[in-house]
Amino acid sequence: DYLSMNSSRCAACKYLRKRCPSECIFSPYFPPNNPQRFACVHRIYGASNIGRMLQQLPVYLRAEAADCLYYEAQCRIENPVYGCVGMISTLHQQIFSAQEQLAKVQAEIALINNAYTQQESSQFQQLDGLLSNLNNF
Amino acid sequence: MGGNSPCASCKLLRRRCAKDCIFAPFFPSDDPHKFAIVHKVFGASNVSKMLQELPVHQRADAVSSLVYEANARVRDPVYGCVGAISYLQNQVSQLQMQLAVAQAEILCIQMQQEPAIPTPQIDVPDEKSFLLQHNLPQYLNYASSTTSSNVISDSFKRDSLFSHDMVS
Repeated sequence: DYLSMNSSRCAACKYLRKRCPSECIFSPYFPPNNPQRFACVHRIYGASNIGRMLQQLPVYLRAEAADCLYYEAQCRIENPVYGCVGMISTLHQQIFSAQEQLAKVQAEIALINNAYTQQESSQFQQLDGLLSNLNNF
Repeated sequence: MGGNSPCASCKLLRRRCAKDCIFAPFFPSDDPHKFAIVHKVFGASNVSKMLQELPVHQRADAVSSLVYEANARVRDPVYGCVGAISYLQNQVSQLQMQLAVAQAEILCIQMQQEPAIPTPQIDVPDEKSFLLQHNLPQYLNYASSTTSSNVISDSFKRDSLFSHDMVS
Protein backbone atom coordinates (compact mmCIF):
# COMPACT_ATOMS: atom_id res chain seq x y z
CA ASP A 1 0.00 0.00 0.00
CA TYR A 2 1.93 2.98 -1.38
CA LEU A 3 0.42 5.60 0.91
CA SER A 4 1.17 3.95 4.25
CA MET A 5 4.62 3.05 2.95
CA ASN A 6 5.70 6.60 2.32
CA SER A 7 3.63 8.87 4.52
CA SER A 8 4.79 9.41 8.08
CA ARG A 9 5.97 6.06 9.29
CA CYS A 10 6.70 6.22 12.99
CA ALA A 11 10.31 6.44 14.13
CA ALA A 12 10.35 2.75 15.05
CA CYS A 13 9.18 1.48 11.69
CA LYS A 14 11.54 3.85 9.92
CA TYR A 15 14.41 2.55 12.01
CA LEU A 16 13.38 -1.07 11.46
CA ARG A 17 12.72 -0.38 7.79
CA LYS A 18 9.28 -1.83 7.74
CA ARG A 19 5.75 -0.87 7.02
CA CYS A 20 3.99 1.18 9.69
CA PRO A 21 0.47 -0.20 9.99
CA SER A 22 -2.36 1.91 11.36
CA GLU A 23 -2.41 -0.06 14.59
CA CYS A 24 1.39 0.04 15.03
CA ILE A 25 2.19 -0.38 18.72
CA PHE A 26 5.09 2.08 18.55
CA SER A 27 3.69 4.95 16.55
CA PRO A 28 1.82 6.87 19.28
CA TYR A 29 4.98 6.95 21.40
CA PHE A 30 7.75 7.17 18.83
CA PRO A 31 6.81 9.94 16.42
CA PRO A 32 8.87 10.30 13.24
CA ASN A 33 10.25 13.69 14.28
CA ASN A 34 12.26 12.10 17.11
CA PRO A 35 14.34 9.26 15.68
CA GLN A 36 16.84 9.40 18.53
CA ARG A 37 14.17 8.41 21.05
CA PHE A 38 13.53 5.06 19.43
CA ALA A 39 17.19 4.47 18.62
CA CYS A 40 17.94 4.91 22.31
CA VAL A 41 15.36 2.45 23.66
CA HIS A 42 16.12 0.01 20.88
CA ARG A 43 19.77 -0.03 21.82
CA ILE A 44 19.01 -1.04 25.40
CA TYR A 45 15.84 -3.10 25.20
CA GLY A 46 15.40 -4.09 21.59
CA ALA A 47 12.29 -3.56 19.49
CA SER A 48 10.50 -6.78 20.36
CA ASN A 49 10.89 -6.23 24.13
CA ILE A 50 9.59 -2.67 23.86
CA GLY A 51 6.68 -3.79 21.72
CA ARG A 52 5.85 -6.62 24.08
CA MET A 53 6.07 -4.43 27.20
CA LEU A 54 3.78 -1.82 25.67
CA GLN A 55 1.39 -4.43 24.36
CA GLN A 56 0.97 -5.89 27.85
CA LEU A 57 -0.21 -2.57 29.26
CA PRO A 58 -3.63 -0.93 28.97
CA VAL A 59 -3.52 1.80 26.35
CA TYR A 60 -3.86 4.70 28.78
CA LEU A 61 -0.64 3.67 30.58
CA ARG A 62 1.54 3.15 27.52
CA ALA A 63 2.67 6.75 27.06
CA GLU A 64 3.94 6.92 30.62
CA ALA A 65 5.67 3.55 30.25
CA ALA A 66 7.33 4.61 26.98
CA ASP A 67 8.63 7.79 28.64
CA CYS A 68 10.04 5.80 31.57
CA LEU A 69 11.69 3.25 29.30
CA TYR A 70 13.26 6.10 27.33
CA TYR A 71 14.49 7.75 30.53
CA GLU A 72 16.02 4.51 31.81
CA ALA A 73 17.60 3.78 28.44
CA GLN A 74 19.17 7.25 28.42
CA CYS A 75 20.52 6.69 31.93
CA ARG A 76 21.98 3.37 30.89
CA ILE A 77 23.68 4.86 27.82
CA GLU A 78 25.08 7.73 29.86
CA ASN A 79 26.18 5.42 32.67
CA PRO A 80 26.79 1.94 31.24
CA VAL A 81 27.74 0.40 34.57
CA TYR A 82 24.95 1.62 36.86
CA GLY A 83 22.28 3.12 34.64
CA CYS A 84 19.55 4.87 36.60
CA VAL A 85 20.36 2.72 39.63
CA GLY A 86 23.30 5.09 40.15
CA MET A 87 20.83 7.91 40.67
CA ILE A 88 18.82 5.84 43.16
CA SER A 89 21.99 5.18 45.09
CA THR A 90 22.93 8.88 45.11
CA LEU A 91 19.43 9.81 46.27
CA HIS A 92 19.60 7.36 49.15
CA GLN A 93 22.88 8.92 50.26
CA GLN A 94 21.43 12.40 50.06
CA ILE A 95 18.38 11.39 52.06
CA PHE A 96 20.60 9.86 54.70
CA SER A 97 22.76 12.96 55.08
CA ALA A 98 19.74 15.28 55.00
CA GLN A 99 18.17 13.23 57.78
CA GLU A 100 21.38 13.52 59.76
CA GLN A 101 21.46 17.30 59.28
CA LEU A 102 17.82 17.56 60.29
CA ALA A 103 18.37 15.50 63.42
CA LYS A 104 21.26 17.77 64.40
CA VAL A 105 19.25 20.94 63.92
CA GLN A 106 16.28 19.51 65.81
CA ALA A 107 18.56 18.47 68.65
CA GLU A 108 19.95 21.99 68.71
CA ILE A 109 16.41 23.38 68.93
CA ALA A 110 15.62 21.05 71.80
CA LEU A 111 18.78 22.13 73.60
CA ILE A 112 18.08 25.83 73.13
CA ASN A 113 14.49 25.43 74.23
CA ASN A 114 15.56 23.43 77.25
CA ALA A 115 18.19 26.00 78.26
CA TYR A 116 15.70 28.79 77.72
CA THR A 117 12.97 27.28 79.86
CA GLN A 118 15.48 26.52 82.57
CA GLN A 119 16.61 30.12 82.46
CA GLU A 120 13.00 31.28 82.54
CA SER A 121 12.06 29.01 85.40
CA SER A 122 15.08 30.10 87.44
CA GLN A 123 14.12 33.73 86.85
CA PHE A 124 10.60 32.96 88.01
CA GLN A 125 12.01 31.22 91.02
CA GLN A 126 14.04 34.31 91.86
CA LEU A 127 10.95 36.46 91.45
CA ASP A 128 8.95 34.07 93.61
CA GLY A 129 11.58 34.21 96.28
CA LEU A 130 11.60 37.99 96.21
CA LEU A 131 7.82 38.20 96.46
CA SER A 132 7.60 35.82 99.36
CA ASN A 133 10.30 37.84 101.16
CA LEU A 134 8.25 40.96 100.66
CA ASN A 135 5.15 39.19 101.99
CA ASN A 136 7.00 38.29 105.12
CA PHE A 137 7.32 41.88 106.14
CA MET B 1 33.58 -34.13 27.44
CA GLY B 2 31.82 -33.71 30.75
CA GLY B 3 32.84 -30.16 31.45
CA ASN B 4 31.35 -27.71 33.96
CA SER B 5 27.60 -27.52 34.18
CA PRO B 6 26.16 -24.79 31.96
CA CYS B 7 25.54 -21.39 33.53
CA ALA B 8 21.97 -20.24 34.09
CA SER B 9 22.00 -18.25 30.84
CA CYS B 10 23.11 -21.09 28.63
CA LYS B 11 20.66 -23.40 30.36
CA LEU B 12 17.81 -21.01 29.57
CA LEU B 13 19.03 -20.33 26.04
CA ARG B 14 19.69 -24.01 25.53
CA ARG B 15 23.14 -23.65 24.14
CA ARG B 16 26.59 -24.89 24.94
CA CYS B 17 28.22 -23.01 27.77
CA ALA B 18 31.66 -22.15 26.42
CA LYS B 19 34.67 -21.70 28.68
CA ASP B 20 34.72 -17.97 27.96
CA CYS B 21 30.95 -17.58 28.19
CA ILE B 22 30.31 -13.92 28.97
CA PHE B 23 27.39 -14.71 31.23
CA ALA B 24 28.88 -17.54 33.27
CA PRO B 25 30.74 -15.46 35.91
CA PHE B 26 27.58 -13.55 36.78
CA PHE B 27 24.75 -16.01 36.26
CA PRO B 28 25.54 -19.21 38.17
CA SER B 29 23.32 -22.19 37.49
CA ASP B 30 21.93 -22.18 41.03
CA ASP B 31 20.04 -18.91 40.42
CA PRO B 32 18.04 -19.31 37.23
CA HIS B 33 15.67 -16.50 38.13
CA LYS B 34 18.40 -13.87 37.99
CA PHE B 35 19.10 -14.43 34.29
CA ALA B 36 15.49 -15.10 33.45
CA ILE B 37 14.48 -11.67 34.60
CA VAL B 38 17.19 -9.70 32.76
CA HIS B 39 16.50 -11.76 29.69
CA LYS B 40 12.82 -10.94 29.95
CA VAL B 41 13.37 -7.19 30.15
CA PHE B 42 16.55 -6.55 28.17
CA GLY B 43 17.08 -9.72 26.14
CA ALA B 44 20.15 -11.94 26.25
CA SER B 45 21.84 -10.41 23.21
CA ASN B 46 21.46 -6.87 24.56
CA VAL B 47 22.87 -7.93 27.93
CA SER B 48 25.75 -9.66 26.19
CA LYS B 49 26.45 -6.56 24.09
CA MET B 50 26.35 -4.31 27.16
CA LEU B 51 28.75 -6.55 29.07
CA GLN B 52 31.15 -6.84 26.17
CA GLU B 53 31.40 -3.06 25.99
CA LEU B 54 32.55 -2.87 29.60
CA PRO B 55 35.92 -3.63 31.15
CA VAL B 56 35.83 -6.94 33.01
CA HIS B 57 36.14 -5.40 36.48
CA GLN B 58 32.95 -3.39 35.96
CA ARG B 59 30.75 -6.17 34.69
CA ALA B 60 29.65 -7.50 38.07
CA ASP B 61 28.27 -4.09 39.06
CA ALA B 62 26.62 -3.71 35.69
CA VAL B 63 24.90 -7.08 36.09
CA SER B 64 23.70 -6.13 39.58
CA SER B 65 22.20 -2.89 38.35
CA LEU B 66 20.60 -4.58 35.34
CA VAL B 67 19.04 -7.19 37.63
CA TYR B 68 17.80 -4.41 39.90
CA GLU B 69 16.28 -2.52 36.98
CA ALA B 70 14.72 -5.64 35.52
CA ASN B 71 13.15 -6.52 38.86
CA ALA B 72 11.80 -2.99 39.22
CA ARG B 73 10.36 -3.14 35.71
CA VAL B 74 8.64 -6.46 36.35
CA ARG B 75 7.23 -5.25 39.66
CA ASP B 76 6.04 -2.00 38.12
CA PRO B 77 5.56 -2.41 34.36
CA VAL B 78 4.70 1.25 33.88
CA TYR B 79 7.27 3.14 35.94
CA GLY B 80 10.00 0.62 36.72
CA CYS B 81 12.92 2.29 38.50
CA VAL B 82 11.63 5.72 37.62
CA GLY B 83 8.92 5.23 40.25
CA ALA B 84 11.56 4.81 42.92
CA ILE B 85 13.54 7.82 41.64
CA SER B 86 10.44 9.97 41.71
CA TYR B 87 9.58 8.86 45.25
CA LEU B 88 13.11 9.47 46.53
CA GLN B 89 13.32 12.91 44.92
CA ASN B 90 10.12 13.82 46.76
CA GLN B 91 11.67 12.66 50.00
CA VAL B 92 14.71 14.85 49.39
CA SER B 93 12.47 17.88 48.74
CA GLN B 94 10.49 17.23 51.88
CA LEU B 95 13.63 16.91 53.96
CA GLN B 96 14.99 20.14 52.46
CA MET B 97 11.81 21.89 53.53
CA GLN B 98 11.92 20.44 57.01
CA LEU B 99 15.54 21.50 57.33
CA ALA B 100 14.74 25.06 56.23
CA VAL B 101 11.87 25.23 58.71
CA ALA B 102 14.03 23.91 61.54
CA GLN B 103 16.82 26.37 60.76
CA ALA B 104 14.34 29.23 60.69
CA GLU B 105 13.00 28.07 64.01
CA ILE B 106 16.45 28.26 65.58
CA LEU B 107 16.79 31.78 64.31
CA CYS B 108 13.41 32.71 65.80
CA ILE B 109 14.34 31.27 69.16
CA GLN B 110 17.67 33.08 69.14
CA MET B 111 15.93 36.33 68.29
CA GLN B 112 13.48 35.92 71.15
CA GLN B 113 16.30 35.40 73.57
CA GLU B 114 18.49 38.27 72.43
CA PRO B 115 16.31 40.89 70.86
CA ALA B 116 18.57 42.83 68.48
CA ILE B 117 15.71 45.22 67.75
CA PRO B 118 14.96 47.41 70.73
CA THR B 119 11.20 47.41 71.31
CA PRO B 120 10.31 51.10 71.55
CA GLN B 121 7.78 52.33 74.13
CA ILE B 122 4.88 52.99 71.82
CA ASP B 123 1.29 52.98 72.87
CA VAL B 124 0.21 50.16 70.68
CA PRO B 125 -3.12 48.64 71.49
CA ASP B 126 -2.02 45.30 69.99
CA GLU B 127 0.18 42.79 71.71
CA LYS B 128 3.93 43.32 71.92
CA SER B 129 4.41 40.47 69.46
CA PHE B 130 3.12 42.76 66.69
CA LEU B 131 6.54 44.41 66.19
CA LEU B 132 8.37 41.11 66.41
CA GLN B 133 6.17 39.59 63.73
CA HIS B 134 6.88 42.40 61.32
CA ASN B 135 10.62 42.04 61.68
CA LEU B 136 10.63 38.29 61.38
CA PRO B 137 10.31 37.94 57.57
CA GLN B 138 13.64 39.58 56.77
CA TYR B 139 15.40 37.27 59.16
CA LEU B 140 13.70 34.27 57.60
CA ASN B 141 14.89 35.34 54.15
CA TYR B 142 18.40 35.61 55.48
CA ALA B 143 18.10 32.12 56.92
CA SER B 144 16.89 30.53 53.72
CA SER B 145 19.68 32.06 51.66
CA THR B 146 22.38 30.64 53.88
CA THR B 147 20.86 27.29 54.59
CA SER B 148 23.09 24.36 53.81
CA SER B 149 20.17 22.57 52.26
CA ASN B 150 21.11 24.42 49.05
CA VAL B 151 23.75 21.74 48.65
CA ILE B 152 21.05 19.16 48.04
CA SER B 153 18.92 21.36 45.80
CA ASP B 154 21.89 22.36 43.63
CA SER B 155 22.58 18.79 42.65
CA PHE B 156 19.00 18.47 41.51
CA LYS B 157 18.94 21.44 39.19
CA ARG B 158 18.16 18.77 36.62
CA ASP B 159 14.77 18.60 38.36
CA SER B 160 11.87 17.25 36.32
CA LEU B 161 12.53 13.80 34.92
CA PHE B 162 11.40 14.29 31.34
CA SER B 163 12.22 17.94 30.89
CA HIS B 164 15.28 17.45 28.75
CA ASP B 165 17.28 14.94 26.81
CA MET B 166 20.16 13.47 28.72
CA VAL B 167 21.80 12.15 25.59
CA SER B 168 22.51 14.90 23.16
